[in-house]
Amino acid sequence: MPTATPIIEVRGLVNAFEDNVIHRNLDLTVRRGEVIGIVGGSGTGKSVLLRSILGLRHPDAGSVKVFGKDLTKLNDDERRLEEQRWGVMFQDGALFSALTVAENVQVAYREHLHMPKLLMDELADVKIRMVGLRPDARDLYPSELSGGMRKRASLARALALDPEILFLDEPTAGLDPIGAAAFDELVNNLKHTLGLTVFMVTHDLDSLYAVCDRVAVLAEQRVILIGTMDDMMASDHPWIREYFHGPRARAAQKSR
Amino acid sequence: MHRVRSEARPVNSSGPATLEIEDEDGTLRVVAHGDWTVRSVMAIDQRMRHLAGELPASGAAILDIADVGRLDTAGAWILRRTVEEFELHGIKCTLEGMDESEQTLFENVDSTPIPEPEVTVKINPFIYIAGRTGDGLIGVVGEFLRIVDFIGQVFLAMGRLVVKPSRLRLIPLVHHMEKAGMDAVPLVCLLTGLIGGVVAQQGATQLRQFGADVFTVNLVAIIFLREVGILLTAIIVAGRSGSAFTAEIGSMKMREEIDAMRTLGLDPMEMLVLPRILALIITLPILTFLADIMGLIGGGIVVMLMLNMSPDSYIARLQEASDFWTFGVGLVKAPFMALMIGLIGCRAGLAVAGSAESVGSQTTRSVVQSIFVVIILDAFFALFFTAIGI
Repeated sequence: MPTATPIIEVRGLVNAFEDNVIHRNLDLTVRRGEVIGIVGGSGTGKSVLLRSILGLRHPDAGSVKVFGKDLTKLNDDERRLEEQRWGVMFQDGALFSALTVAENVQVAYREHLHMPKLLMDELADVKIRMVGLRPDARDLYPSELSGGMRKRASLARALALDPEILFLDEPTAGLDPIGAAAFDELVNNLKHTLGLTVFMVTHDLDSLYAVCDRVAVLAEQRVILIGTMDDMMASDHPWIREYFHGPRARAAQKSR
Repeated sequence: MHRVRSEARPVNSSGPATLEIEDEDGTLRVVAHGDWTVRSVMAIDQRMRHLAGELPASGAAILDIADVGRLDTAGAWILRRTVEEFELHGIKCTLEGMDESEQTLFENVDSTPIPEPEVTVKINPFIYIAGRTGDGLIGVVGEFLRIVDFIGQVFLAMGRLVVKPSRLRLIPLVHHMEKAGMDAVPLVCLLTGLIGGVVAQQGATQLRQFGADVFTVNLVAIIFLREVGILLTAIIVAGRSGSAFTAEIGSMKMREEIDAMRTLGLDPMEMLVLPRILALIITLPILTFLADIMGLIGGGIVVMLMLNMSPDSYIARLQEASDFWTFGVGLVKAPFMALMIGLIGCRAGLAVAGSAESVGSQTTRSVVQSIFVVIILDAFFALFFTAIGI
């Protein structure tokens, strides 16, 4: 169950590419144990927000605190320790193409924990099965995987160190409806078994209904609304109305 | 994961994972302490792995995890593995002190055995070597056939161009002429000028011993105009532009741009390959000409300094030492070498499959192959020109 303790706190975030301001004084709080969905039109800076939280982009102003710490203020070693407490699944998987699926999962074990080979193999197999990949996929290279398998393999890598926060960038984009539904189910399952906090950038209305405790809407360079799906439905902001009451939204709602 | 703490239970321990093993009337009681997480389980992994083997069959074991602080998938996996190991040995094993969330976790670390990878049978090393050699040979033959196939396709495309010259992509052609030709001028000039100087200097030192140092001019003229000028230029261009062709076309292939072109009814041969190859065929002779001049200038400077020869007499000796064909022999080779470098570079690019790594290996292959072919071609030309007496 989500508790009130914030795990991610974004305050007054400003991001701009030259004259193009993406975020202006953006505030966002993610609570421990919740699944939060980030929605917004193209170009509203969902990915930039994600990259700012992950420290891949240095914000032009404002602070980002994860686990109560401002990562930009930590030294390299401290930051590396904090980074091991989250897992990230990039949109196209971003698997290391020179490594097999199992080796991709083991990267963190090998680099951070210096784990014996046998245990490393066992744990990689546990993760691979956990994300619903066929066990024999362990020895395949990323170029030999289908899009859906690549996403699952990437999820397995993100889960390698049993992170506290899982970042998902468009996890169901490019999956067929059955695969997408299975992925939602998987995220739900992981949340319950591992007690994860999930930060999910998505456009998939079915996913929003199926797994998100709260939804944050990015527009007008900030978070204009954050709340449950019911709050979204009740809002009369024109973009939110169009998004959650459009024809595809109605279909997704009907199927609940 | 944070465990839910019930009132009845004492505060759980944290810190490194430890074990306490007690023997209670034939029942093994394993009490776990500390955090059982991916960071800490390495300490008890080996111990837990050997537990089952230490007990006589038909014994019993209890795993007590009530005192465990944090449990994650790694810890849960070790528990599950141990329980299954016990059961495999016919030992009854019970888990104690597991709460609801730990139970779910335990059930989720599935352990269906993975089929063992097929054990490679030891084979006779001679057969192995023969096999590798055969594979290699088949690979070389296959590669050769693919190159021939590609050459055919390129010539077909060129044929279409001859029939209908308006199909020539002029802008890409000029673009590649600039990139492969113009931009290579400083490098080619510098290197060939230096080599010209070096050849003259070495030649002069050796020939001086016979008192024949004036023949240094002949040496520089013939070696540069016939061989070194073209060879050096072709190798520089193979390294510079052949690799660029492979990498450019290869990354386009990887991002499915080539497929996109085909679906739009565009011919990648016409759009990508021909402009590059034609650009090389046009620019390599020009570069070779510049290389020849620079080599003669570099050689000339050294000759003038070492032999105190005046520029006038250097030029006069040059004219004596070489005729048009000394120069022509070098230049005639250029378009053929350009064709081969372009063909190999573009073909390697189109052969890229799948990963970024493939772009790297194809680029290496393209440079190695084109330098190899350039040298082989040069050797054939040398034989040919000797045979016809030029």
